[in-house]
Amino acid sequence: MARIRLENITKSFGPHVAVDKLDLDVADGEFFVLLGPTGAGKTTTLRMIAGLEKPTEGVIHINQVNVNDWGPAERDVALVLQQYSLYPRLTVRDNLAFPLRSRIRKLSEADIDKRIDYASKTLRITHLLDRKTDRLSGGEMQRVSIGRAIVREPQVFLMDEPLSALDAKLRESLRSELKDLQMRLGATFIFVTHDQVEAMTMGDRIAVLNKGRIVQVGTPRDVYTNPRDTFVASFVGSPAINLLPGSLAGDVASVAQAFQMPITRSAAVEGPVTFGIRPEDVEVAAGAPNEARIHDVENHGIEKIVTLRVGDNLMRAAVPARVEVKVEEAVRFSWNPDKVMLFDAKTGLNLRGQAA
Amino acid sequence: MAVVSSRGQRIGNLLAIAAVIVVTFIMLAPIYWIVSTSFKPRNLATTNPPTILFEPEVSPFVKLFTKRVQLKPKEVVDYENAPWFERLVFDGGERITRSGKGEIQLSGYPDRFINSLIVAITSTLLAVSMGTITAYGFSRFKVKGEADLLFFVLSTRMLPPIVVAIPMFLMYRAAGLNDSHLGLIILYTAFNVSFAVWLMKGFIDEIPKEYEEAALVDGYTRIQAFFKIVLPEAATGIAATAVFCFITAWNEYAFALIMTNRRAQTAPPFIPSQIGSGLPDWTVIAAGTFLFLLPVAIFTFLLRNHLLRGMSFGAIRK
Ligand SMILES: Nc1ncnc2c1ncn2[C@@H]1O[C@H](COP(=O)(O)OP(=O)(O)OP(=O)(O)O)[C@@H](O)[C@H]1O
Ligand SMILES: [Mg+2]
Repeated sequence: MARIRLENITKSFGPHVAVDKLDLDVADGEFFVLLGPTGAGKTTTLRMIAGLEKPTEGVIHINQVNVNDWGPAERDVALVLQQYSLYPRLTVRDNLAFPLRSRIRKLSEADIDKRIDYASKTLRITHLLDRKTDRLSGGEMQRVSIGRAIVREPQVFLMDEPLSALDAKLRESLRSELKDLQMRLGATFIFVTHDQVEAMTMGDRIAVLNKGRIVQVGTPRDVYTNPRDTFVASFVGSPAINLLPGSLAGDVASVAQAFQMPITRSAAVEGPVTFGIRPEDVEVAAGAPNEARIHDVENHGIEKIVTLRVGDNLMRAAVPARVEVKVEEAVRFSWNPDKVMLFDAKTGLNLRGQAA
Repeated sequence: MAVVSSRGQRIGNLLAIAAVIVVTFIMLAPIYWIVSTSFKPRNLATTNPPTILFEPEVSPFVKLFTKRVQLKPKEVVDYENAPWFERLVFDGGERITRSGKGEIQLSGYPDRFINSLIVAITSTLLAVSMGTITAYGFSRFKVKGEADLLFFVLSTRMLPPIVVAIPMFLMYRAAGLNDSHLGLIILYTAFNVSFAVWLMKGFIDEIPKEYEEAALVDGYTRIQAFFKIVLPEAATGIAATAVFCFITAWNEYAFALIMTNRRAQTAPPFIPSQIGSGLPDWTVIAAGTFLFLLPVAIFTFLLRNHLLRGMSFGAIRK
């Protein structure tokens, strides 16, 4: 069991700074997600924790011990990658046994068998044990990769987009399996993904990274309802948040010179701002104060995502599936004045906390 | 697959097959000539037009391995009690020379052949292992001036080797490496190692470094990871590189001719040296050449599965 703490970690590759003054504190037994777009420095951060890469600056602590000079083997972490982590020449059983046969572990063959047995039952891969790994499907391969991490009973599981090469259905089922597994093992997980749905559904806490820096750390709910800036707001949530320029005078928002709407004020902000409103907080209803035209309709089964056109601006709203809408039809809409987010027009920073 | 093929396609196929047959025939003709000559009686070796149909015999091989002298006129031999292979020699008007104790005296060929094997196998092992380790270093670690160093390594192959023959000869004489196995082994290893580095670098670059990193995280040292993960993955490349190195070392003629004369002489300079003495017996030379071709053919054949994959230089492997 382990607590991981990164203190002021910087990693440069030549002149390029991949990770910039990063501070993280991952609690023991936490499912911690590193979320960010491509090139954000997620993999680099994970590799530094694993000991495969040395930080240019800063200190990594595992259980309060500075492990900067420790090699990967000494850190007792397990790593699961998106691909290429299984040895192609070995059977599934030998892949699972491989970490256990390392000299530093000195396990008896009976113990090895016991652990393989446990892990393969947990992951339902018992029937695959004698197969060569190149005869496995993507989902089976990732199960085996996770199994190879489990058999070691490590302090920390590090996972670098382990599900992103899989198809949607499989990803969904492995997602809940993984979360389930983490709860049973009670181990610390650091899970890298660029998929915000994964982050939201699995994480106890999420760190949102961008360009090598941490933008925000918080629970999924925190990050969703109270994003620190427009980057986090638009990165998290699907369909994406509506960000509209406008200005604020009193408690009246003038949005994109197209419509006006009341908001619930909680900060003394005046003048130009960026308004953020999530599609589920936009309501399409007869008798609502503003008029728009339907620009586009996406059917998502339980709901429809309609894109409204107001003047030159597009705005997405989630409506129940039973509501009948047609493209170019005129409709009326309003928004939930409690849920409107305000961002600084220049810096993009959130100007007020949203009531949860 | 496709059942319907147009007449044009069929004619195209036939033409292609014909072309392949013709090319194969042309390619194999010299090989056939060597092999057939090595089984011919001496008087049929140089007939014009060449004899295609004949009764094969193994006397050229017997002659290849033994020292012989011409029978003097009226010399009486114990034909009845001679072993089968000596009778073949008698039929050719010769007898095998024997030591004082009556042991058959061998020709120079077997020793030269063994020399060739020693030198080629050892230098191949050295070049391939050094090349693999060097390539691994270049592939996996940040090396200052990597591109320049690799270019330098390759540049040793840009000069025709024979250009340095005389300085090499003088240096070898001073170092006492002339006419020694060690001398040739060093020489051939040096020829091949640059090539091995380049070839192996390509193959090792193709092996995802994630495999080794997984092993490192799993509790293995880098050396253990190298032997357990990288080497098996690189087997195809190692096989291809070994075949190339072996062929180069096995066939090398010029330096072997200059640097060796008796003790360490390899087969390539020896085989043509037999032509010089009197009227050459082409069947014996053909037999020597035929046996000389075998090791490369066998080695390549044994590694053929690796080679087919290896020769695509990673183009097919992911
Ligand atoms: N070995 C390296 N040498 C040079 N630059 C590197 C190296 N590894 C990563 N980088 C750079 O560091 C930055 C962060 O890379 P990293 O792989 O950590 O991103 P990531 O968040 O994992 O992205 P992705 O979602 O695409 O995997 C990128 O700009 C990348 O080009
Ligand atoms: Mg990555």
